[in-house]
Amino acid sequence: MPDNADNAGQPGIPHIEFRDVVKKFGDNTVLNDLNFTVAKGERVTLIGPSGSGKTTILRLVMTLEELTGGYVFVGGDPLQYEDRGGKRQRVPDKVRRRTTTQIGMVFQHFNLFPNMSVLENIIEAPLHVMGLSKAEAIPKAEALLEKVGMADKRDFNPSQLSGGQQQRVAIARALAMDPEVLLLDEVTSALDPELVGEVLTVLKDIAEETDISMLIVTHEMQFARDVSDRVMMFDEGRIVEEGAPEKIFSSPESQRTQDFLRAVL
Amino acid sequence: MDGVIGFFEKLGPNLEILVARMPQILDGIQATVLATALGGLLALVIAIVFGIAQVAKYAAVRIAARIFVEFFRGTSLVVQLFWLAFVLPQLPYPFGWRLAPLVVAVLALGLNYGAYGAEVVRGSIGSVPRGQYEAISALSLSPMRGMFRVIIPQAWALMLPSLSNLWIQLLKGSAIVSTVLLYDLYFRVEQVRDQTGTWFAFLFALLAYYLLAWVIVIIMNALEVRAKHKIGRGPALSKSWGMLFRAPGSVVKGGALV
Ligand SMILES: Nc1ncnc2c1ncn2[C@@H]1O[C@H](COP(=O)(O)OP(=O)(O)O)[C@@H](O)[C@H]1O
Ligand SMILES: [Mg+2]
Repeated sequence: MPDNADNAGQPGIPHIEFRDVVKKFGDNTVLNDLNFTVAKGERVTLIGPSGSGKTTILRLVMTLEELTGGYVFVGGDPLQYEDRGGKRQRVPDKVRRRTTTQIGMVFQHFNLFPNMSVLENIIEAPLHVMGLSKAEAIPKAEALLEKVGMADKRDFNPSQLSGGQQQRVAIARALAMDPEVLLLDEVTSALDPELVGEVLTVLKDIAEETDISMLIVTHEMQFARDVSDRVMMFDEGRIVEEGAPEKIFSSPESQRTQDFLRAVL
Repeated sequence: MDGVIGFFEKLGPNLEILVARMPQILDGIQATVLATALGGLLALVIAIVFGIAQVAKYAAVRIAARIFVEFFRGTSLVVQLFWLAFVLPQLPYPFGWRLAPLVVAVLALGLNYGAYGAEVVRGSIGSVPRGQYEAISALSLSPMRGMFRVIIPQAWALMLPSLSNLWIQLLKGSAIVSTVLLYDLYFRVEQVRDQTGTWFAFLFALLAYYLLAWVIVIIMNALEVRAKHKIGRGPALSKSWGMLFRAPGSVVKGGALV
């Protein structure tokens, strides 16, 4: 496993940190006292059975879910709650949005804006969140479309594209914000099998060409092996086992990891 | 001179009376069209403002919007008309406004149907898929910008069929504005009724309102086809003129976009 702490922007500060995180949905405690960190530039894949809390973890980083207890930090900045004078206090929305600007997320169901063209989808946030001019945002969007192999579709409407194409646009849209953290939640699960490859290829290229930190949830074990620095096996909201992909996939220690891998491989 | 037989016997003379009274009847149609169009426009503005206010971040805004909507939905149109026409002028300075009959009609129709429309707008905002809100958040777009650039354009396509129905109801509801001295289509029909008899007069009224309602249906269908096309849920208007005559909210097969 490469030691990514070496290329960290701020030495000693993890890029993502979960500290004593508790997440409940009503009475259902999904995450109980979860602690882990992701180093700058590190690619961490979460695996585990359905319902074990993997999506919830990503959604907490993106602040799509309310944190019940504990803290989540990105680049050292607290996301939803911070400790001020020994008290757990809410971070104001405007401050939170400044922090989440460096986080990109790609969803299982793409979630492109159907009322905008492919290009408009990509430049919306660069124009209105990053404050780029059109003269800056459009060439950048075109370069990203080139990278995901969608340059010829820039004026199409999302509904005219296949699922794989929509997902590649969604990846370009997330990258247009120059994210330092990228969250990928089962980005190929909604795709027809023959379309999975094109999306994974694009993601592997991005993993190779950039040093974006990634938190990945996937059922594509070969992909996880190819891109991850570390794999964390989850069950019932706890980390059962973690380590380099070669170790987790070839010689898992925990019985639950063995059972899970036998079922999915 | 009434009844079915009277209707046919007097058809010729009645048509002559109708032609002779056409200038007044056209005035009435103009008043009805103005009240319906301006009232509908005001209702749309109120519906959008109060529909969005009901999903606002601040509880005070949501509650104020809710009270407004319930008030104008819950009090009858007739009472609102009378209040604006006869109570308002008697209020002490600076409120004692004496409004023109058309203004009274437009205000009352706009407030009343706008309150119903606000519920439609609120509902359609809630029907936009969750994933869209999450994408807005994931791109760090402000909730305000997300609302106007992403949610409203999609909700617009969803709300048009219901707004179309409300606008037709507003047209029909406008037939009581003569009680506040706006001489509309209904009032003019009442006037010719003395000479032509009830059968002829009201058959004419039915036809006239029916045609006006069709104009609304066609306008709203055009907007709906356009809005759906814009979010990739149907063909362009130029490829689907037939859609204009369908019932509002009809589903188009094969959402091919060219
Ligand atoms: N919005 C929600 N409301 C209630 N329960 C939820 C919600 N989202 C997730 N859960 C519950 O949280 C648990 C973890 O879900 P999730 O994080 O989606 O798991 P995974 O992604 O590993 O399949 C599940 O038991 C699920 O039912
Ligand atoms: Mg999941």
